[in-house]
Amino acid sequence: MVKKAIKITITIMITAALLILLQNLLMPKYMTEILEGALISEYYREENKDHDVIFIGDCEVYENFSPITLWQEYGITSFIRGSAQQLIWQSYYLLEETLMYEKPKIVVFNVLSMKYDTPQKEAYNRMALDGMPLSVPKLKSIKASMMEDEKFITYIFPILRYHSRWSELSAEDFKYLFRKDKVTHNGYLMRVDVKPVTSIPQPKKLANYRFSDICYEYLDRMTRLCRENGIELVLIKAPTLYPHWYDEWDKQIEEYAAENGLLYINFLEYTDEIGIDYQTDTYDAGLHLNLSGAEKLTRYFGKILAEQFDLPDRRNDEGLSRIWAAKAERYALEMERQYAELEELGYLKAFNTRRDEDE
Amino acid sequence: MLFTSYNFILFLIAVFALYYIIPGKYQWILLLAASFVFYSFSGWDNVAYITVTIIVTYLGAVRIGKLYRQQEEWLKENREKLSREEKKAFRERIKSRQKKCLVFCLLFDLGILAVLKYTNFVISNINSTARLFNAGEISFLDIALPLGISFYTFQAVGYLVDVYRGKYPPEENLGKFALFVSFFPQLVQGPISRFDDLGKQLYEGHDFDAKNVSLGIQRILWGFFKKLVIADRIMPVVRTITQDPDTYQGVFVLVGMVFYAVQLYADFTGGIDITIGIAEVLGIRLKENFERPFFSKSTAEYWRRWHITMGTWFRDYVFYPVSISNAMMKISKFSREKFGEKTGKKVPVYLSTVIVWFATGIWHGASWNFVVWGLLNCLVIIVSQELEPFYAWFHNRFNVRGKFLFKLFQVGRTFLLMSAIRILDVYRNVPVTFRMYASVFTKWNLKELFGGALLELGLSRADYFVLLFGIIIMITVSLVQRTGSVREKMYARHEAIRYAAYAGLFIAIIVFGAYGIGYDSNQFIYNQF
Amino acid sequence: MEALIKILEELHPDVDFRNEKALIDDKILDSFDIISLITEINEEYGVRIPVDEIVPENFNSAEAIYKLIQKLQDEE
Repeated sequence: MVKKAIKITITIMITAALLILLQNLLMPKYMTEILEGALISEYYREENKDHDVIFIGDCEVYENFSPITLWQEYGITSFIRGSAQQLIWQSYYLLEETLMYEKPKIVVFNVLSMKYDTPQKEAYNRMALDGMPLSVPKLKSIKASMMEDEKFITYIFPILRYHSRWSELSAEDFKYLFRKDKVTHNGYLMRVDVKPVTSIPQPKKLANYRFSDICYEYLDRMTRLCRENGIELVLIKAPTLYPHWYDEWDKQIEEYAAENGLLYINFLEYTDEIGIDYQTDTYDAGLHLNLSGAEKLTRYFGKILAEQFDLPDRRNDEGLSRIWAAKAERYALEMERQYAELEELGYLKAFNTRRDEDE
Repeated sequence: MLFTSYNFILFLIAVFALYYIIPGKYQWILLLAASFVFYSFSGWDNVAYITVTIIVTYLGAVRIGKLYRQQEEWLKENREKLSREEKKAFRERIKSRQKKCLVFCLLFDLGILAVLKYTNFVISNINSTARLFNAGEISFLDIALPLGISFYTFQAVGYLVDVYRGKYPPEENLGKFALFVSFFPQLVQGPISRFDDLGKQLYEGHDFDAKNVSLGIQRILWGFFKKLVIADRIMPVVRTITQDPDTYQGVFVLVGMVFYAVQLYADFTGGIDITIGIAEVLGIRLKENFERPFFSKSTAEYWRRWHITMGTWFRDYVFYPVSISNAMMKISKFSREKFGEKTGKKVPVYLSTVIVWFATGIWHGASWNFVVWGLLNCLVIIVSQELEPFYAWFHNRFNVRGKFLFKLFQVGRTFLLMSAIRILDVYRNVPVTFRMYASVFTKWNLKELFGGALLELGLSRADYFVLLFGIIIMITVSLVQRTGSVREKMYARHEAIRYAAYAGLFIAIIVFGAYGIGYDSNQFIYNQF
Repeated sequence: MEALIKILEELHPDVDFRNEKALIDDKILDSFDIISLITEINEEYGVRIPVDEIVPENFNSAEAIYKLIQKLQDEE
């Protein structure tokens, strides 16, 4: 009887192990293409989760700020927890989850996602959620994010979603079966290529400019969560020219920030001070800044953070210095590598797939 | 709930667990509750329909049974006192009352089925006729067919007729009878069970038997494999071919025929495997519905091996009663006088056959496609009956009976014939189907097939490999099954082999199953992004 | 009994109905044969075989069929 129970247990364990192996094999790796999918999971591999600032939000955070620059110029440690078209409830639960690991002094949230009040795309959901380990905030985020045809169980067992990739497996899937490379620099996804702004499409008039209740609800929860944890919440709007940031929207956030005693910066208003040149500082004609633009923006924002919030300059900390020196070296190497590739091919291989406008 | 859905799997696990926790005498109550829950997923109005059928049939059978008991008592009391004629007269009076009850319930049960299923079909035909006279149209009724109504109605009707024929006494417990009609594994697509076989199994308690449970789960896995890996994978191809008949003519019609044959086989037998497997886990043995039908050597044999319980139902409750009814006997006499002994004898048989196949066709679906489908099957059967003398001559002349190649020919011929008739299921209407049949001969375009057309029907090269592999496994299992249960044979083998086979099956379903968003979308999220 | 054998032999001349005991089980008689048989029996013996008597036990051999006929004749 006991022997039988042991046999059954072993059988189940072997089968489970096989399935876990297959699951890891079949899940997309995001190492050579669509690097955006690898963003969320990189946070957990950070040995030293000790960040003064945590950025959360969509591509307007992970493409427009450089934590390395923030360290090198101000001695501020930061991490960007961004993902493609991250929706506000995903940001909220991601923040809740991050607080299980550390307590930053400042949380910076890009408010563009206030415009999305319903789940948008299954692909983006996956990129925001698959990288998170199982946790209560993750489960809540899944529930809030699922599109009509998505099934909850496929987030618990992603093999049920990705099994169809069996016929599309590539060398990448085997190479990164057990470990992944780092593609970001504390959450910043580097782009050195340049595509100047030529023309910006005329913004359409909207029927209704008021942000929906559910977005306000999550913004409230974010405000409350930060207040309860003694964290400063800073609302920002990145200086990207598209999607259009309407004045009516800007006003709502201004009002909200005023009512709740939060700092709100619309960087679009300060592009001159920041020194942004839309001919050289963007890689996709104004939707996102490239490395040059990101560093400029970071320099500008870092000053505000350091002065307004009394963030100490921690460059004298030996331990941190060592860690960040390594990061800076990796950052410099990546820069070199990208410039070289750009020189040779005229474009960056990892980013040469067709993309959507809204990220 | 679809069988192949996460909800259903969770539902099953819950039912199985509870079933073996509670004492045996309450198990049937759990099954009734589970069936109710299962059915309620398809809507409360559907629950109302099946409940009504259950109650009316229950009451009818109970009444008929009571009349039988009254008859027995009365006859016992008066055995000495009465003459033979008086006893016979009494029996006939009782029979007549029972008949009235039977007819009322039959009209009611079958009436619900008829109205819900065929009203719109009738309306569309009336409209077509009316259009000829510019006489306006009737609008269609907005009804959805209750889940499994064709199956549970037949099961209830079969029970009622059996009680009327005195085969067994009626079930006095309404709850137990309700379970018989609504037993959830067989609700969706059968098998159609008989009360004397299924009833007592449902109501008696079942102890946990590890072997039964194990075999049952294996069978369920096998069903999932056939449905998800094979049937659902083929679906896009069949859909592409049949929904665009003008593009896909000639050889593509044959491709569609063969693919649909495999798809329907895998889907239907897979679903039945899941059904019978579930029952097996519960300790209940349902009747087999398929017996390697594609190995049949004639159409008649095919219909003894495909959808078996439907065939036997129609035989016992339509074919026999119709063919030996008074009316048919009279027709038999009449035609023997008119057409001579030999031909006259055939008339009642063939006429009954046509009636049964018409009924079978219309039972499958409320459209002319299915009527023609039924009648074509009937035609093939009758023609092969008529060709008996030719066959006899043939086998006398050429000594091929029993030879392997000839058997192969018979199997191939039957497969092609059945596949050809079967595509009436999937083409839009009868004229299109016949146009497609014709195009096989008039628009033969074999070259197109080899120009890569197969890869543009909705399946990739990798998919074809999986299909091929899956079909080979299916055929192998069927070949092995000819000499006994495959699972029993596996049971006798070494544990490692058994583990490899069943774990392999389980993993194959998860990895290669044609389910989920990743499979529905034509492009992976790479391109979506 | 002879009349019955004759009827059976007319259906399938090559079968030895006097000795066969598995007419239904061995699929020697199919459902077409059954109803032809029943019609003939009705003509010959004047008995109506009801549907619920169409079971393998009653039709597996000529004896069984004959027993059925006799039983029904008694009930008349």
